[in-house]
Amino acid sequence: MSLRSFALPRRFATAALLTPPLAWFLILYVSSLALMLITSLWSVNGFTGLIQHQLTTSNIQQVTSGAYPSIIWRTVLLAVLVTITDVVIAFPFAYVMARVATPRVAKILLAAVLLPLWASYLAKVFAWISILERGGALNWTFQHLGLPAPNLGFTNGAMWLTFTYIWLPYMIVPVYGALEKIPASLLDASGDLGASSWWTLRHVVLPLALPGLVAGSIFTFSLTLGDFVTPLLVGGANSTLLGNAIYDTLLTGGNLPLAAALALVPIVIMVGYLGFAKRLGAFEAL
Amino acid sequence: MADVAVAIREIVKHFSGNVVVNGVSLSIETGEFFTMLGPSGSGKTTLLRMIAGFERPDAGVIELQGRDVTHQPANVRPVNTVFQDYALFPHLSVAANVEYGLRVRRVPRAQRRERARTALEMVRLAHLGERRPGQLSGGQRQRVALARAIVNEPAVLLLDEPLGALDLKLRQEMQVELKAIQRRVGITFIYVTHDQEEAMAMSDRIAIMNDGVIEQLGTPREVYENPASPFVARFIGTSNILTRKGTTWSLRPERLHLDLEGAPPATHHREVGTLRDVVYLGMNTRFVIDLDAGEEVIVVRANAEAGRYATFDAGTRVAVGWNDVDGVALDRVVV
Repeated sequence: MSLRSFALPRRFATAALLTPPLAWFLILYVSSLALMLITSLWSVNGFTGLIQHQLTTSNIQQVTSGAYPSIIWRTVLLAVLVTITDVVIAFPFAYVMARVATPRVAKILLAAVLLPLWASYLAKVFAWISILERGGALNWTFQHLGLPAPNLGFTNGAMWLTFTYIWLPYMIVPVYGALEKIPASLLDASGDLGASSWWTLRHVVLPLALPGLVAGSIFTFSLTLGDFVTPLLVGGANSTLLGNAIYDTLLTGGNLPLAAALALVPIVIMVGYLGFAKRLGAFEAL
Repeated sequence: MADVAVAIREIVKHFSGNVVVNGVSLSIETGEFFTMLGPSGSGKTTLLRMIAGFERPDAGVIELQGRDVTHQPANVRPVNTVFQDYALFPHLSVAANVEYGLRVRRVPRAQRRERARTALEMVRLAHLGERRPGQLSGGQRQRVALARAIVNEPAVLLLDEPLGALDLKLRQEMQVELKAIQRRVGITFIYVTHDQEEAMAMSDRIAIMNDGVIEQLGTPREVYENPASPFVARFIGTSNILTRKGTTWSLRPERLHLDLEGAPPATHHREVGTLRDVVYLGMNTRFVIDLDAGEEVIVVRANAEAGRYATFDAGTRVAVGWNDVDGVALDRVVV
């Protein structure tokens, strides 16, 4: 009996198992991205509104001029701010869950983190409107404490708070996963070698939690880059984000090629971000 | 009189209501290779972790080089630990792992490099400094863990079953290497293991622990030749435990004489029984005998004298004999 006779069916089985996900990936994901890239090089006839299939870089040029750069800048800045805020809140929270709390308490905390994901996105945004608007809970609280009302409703600050809140679970869960995987003996070893808790946090815990922080930041960063609902509902006059620009260009302006060109921006930013994360060594643990 | 490296007095430790270490006192000399030997749950690792500073005793005092460190945290104690799972930092290179303790203590970079290289040379891994721990074999990781601890020149090195994860051959090689390194650097070693052969091979003295107390403390020869309790007699090597006329005897299988039932008595004591099993083991043969008095005894004879036992088989009626010097009286039961 030769090994060869097993080789063929086995290879066949591997191919059969890989085909559906690979087909899904290539047809639905890669090809639609390619289509978008091609679309961004087309243009719209100003009179007829029909798409002209000659290749041109005019859309790309339009994206890098006029009002768009400031919208892109605002979007990226907000995404960065939201990500940093979520890291600052999520890291100590996840640390307590993973290393301080008893298993029972950790489970309750995890449930509390995941519970909001069951509520509708819109319901959560509307909740923030009622908190932040002029007569809302935040102003009411400040006034009763004798402080000036922050009047955050319908500002960029409102978007920052709302995004930070909505994406927080996406940061806590991967950071918790990374922290939980660090063996307790590594922390003992660091102390044994003379390190203070602070040194251990800086030189052992943080580097080993980095993959979780990067995974979480990919969520918070990319979800903010692409969102167009929160700016519409809690944002103000100067709160147009990239997502809104794409939405308006496509549905109000009817300019599919320009919308495609705008949609390339978050892709380029995310590719750059992933490259940066890779250089940090965030994927070495995968 | 030799310096005392570690003095432990009346240490007690509870975990969720269970006594894990129950009033242990001992004193370990500078430069000694001291082993705490016992089955799992005997309290040996907990005792080691209290010396390292990872656990606080509920009662008692721990002194290192004459200074009370009972309430000091681990990072200020002059000891280092080699962990059972090695606990190497996976995100740092081998060299950076070894330098870690020196970096914490702000030793200048050039000096740090030099000392780490020397430590790695001692464990014959100087050529692997750039690797990550994940790229090393178990034995190599073990040696990196050793270098990382020794490079800090601790007063005492604590080793928590450091060879437990290695296969037998590598373990035996590492035993020889560990002992050689200990002699060379002259650091006091406190070694925790459940492997009695390992303890015998390396230690100057062994503390045999059971249920949170030290059952016996002595040199390998003392604990083997003169076990103080049935537990020690059974845990160190194999022992036949027989109670005769109010005295409980520990009899080593290789100390027992074996003859046919009818042979003339040549020893002080003599018991008859039926041979149940003969197991050929290469260097020697093991005989399992059911004594008429009820107990099972094991006799081991070297095969160099095998000719005498060629006809012995299961069912053979035999006599087991021993002289007074062959047995150890564990306790005298006063009736």
